[in-house]
Amino acid sequence: MLISRLLRTGVAASAALVVIGMLLVFGHHPTYRSSHTELAPLLSATAIYPHSVRAVLAAARAGRGQGIAMIGLLLLIATPVARVAVSIGIFIRARDWRFVIITATVLLLLIASFALGAAGR
Amino acid sequence: MTPLGFVLIILTIAFFAGFLGSLLGLGGGIIVVPALTLFLGVDIRLAIGASIISVIATSSGAAAAYVRERLANLRVAMFLELGTVLGAISGAYLAGLLHARWLFILFGALLGYSAIAMIRKPHAAAGGVPPSALADRLQLHDSYFDEAQALQREYRVARPGLGLALMYLAGTASGLLGIGSGALKVPAMDLAMKLPMKVSTATSNFMIGVTAAASAGLYFTRGQINPFLAAPVAAGVLGGATLGARFLGRVQPRRLRMLFVVVLLVVSVQMLVKGLR
Repeated sequence: MLISRLLRTGVAASAALVVIGMLLVFGHHPTYRSSHTELAPLLSATAIYPHSVRAVLAAARAGRGQGIAMIGLLLLIATPVARVAVSIGIFIRARDWRFVIITATVLLLLIASFALGAAGR
Repeated sequence: MTPLGFVLIILTIAFFAGFLGSLLGLGGGIIVVPALTLFLGVDIRLAIGASIISVIATSSGAAAAYVRERLANLRVAMFLELGTVLGAISGAYLAGLLHARWLFILFGALLGYSAIAMIRKPHAAAGGVPPSALADRLQLHDSYFDEAQALQREYRVARPGLGLALMYLAGTASGLLGIGSGALKVPAMDLAMKLPMKVSTATSNFMIGVTAAASAGLYFTRGQINPFLAAPVAAGVLGGATLGARFLGRVQPRRLRMLFVVVLLVVSVQMLVKGLR
């Protein structure tokens, strides 16, 4: 079934990206393996991480491990969203208009959640 | 601690959380968030952001299997997602306004509830299924294959409106605390909507991914998804849950459950204390 395959592929691909990204981070920053003072700034609430899709893509294109790991995490977030989008198509084919409306509303809410976070910052 | 050491410790904790969670039918989040905040002193907002990502990973993995086995009711799931997604957005928004101490208090209360829910016996929903015009119109009724008795069982769905309202609350808890909140979704479907227990569990798991994606979007654009936490948490929980699913038929989870109820209660008190101090 299409939905089942979509979910499994999405999870597997994002897990691979996350692992590769983290390996790159520690490959690029040898001091992360020995220094005891570099952890706190990475975890502080004020540390800046890419928080827009554009920033994540730019970081990944620059070959930064964090960027690649973040693409993996974004792909994971996008997997259920894609599942909802595919479901709309399935309901359209079945001419089940009530459920086309219900599912499209869920998709719109999901898209709105990204916009809301960006606006509230 | 070096960053590498930290990431490896988180990976290990998350792996155990995912493993235990899948054996006990809990999400990993309920274990990961207290472990990160109480043991490692991580900011609770970052812990919640990392946890919500791992919730998507485990739910999507499990949902794929349930869809294949046709156990999850996809129409009920789609309908109820209206409630969970709206709730998740409200919860994630609220999390940005509340003081961190409230997150500890609410999380502690939810842990206590989950511990008590684990001791209660899974009771068959008693009484008949009241008719619902809305459920008829949306064609929510369905059937599933009962493996124990090797036959296809038909079931009818009751009170979709009440179910939707309860799902809004479950979604709010999920978005606020970074958990899947299956402990709230399953009773809503099982007791209020009269779905068979197996179908409720499968459908809940199927919905959790979409619910969590709604709040994860907000957490991401707010900058609360820290890759040094979220990456090892997601990878660890996913790995642990995958391994746990293989052991599922082989261990007798009763004693493990009782032990875990005690652990949950202790952790619940610790979270409450941390919030109230």
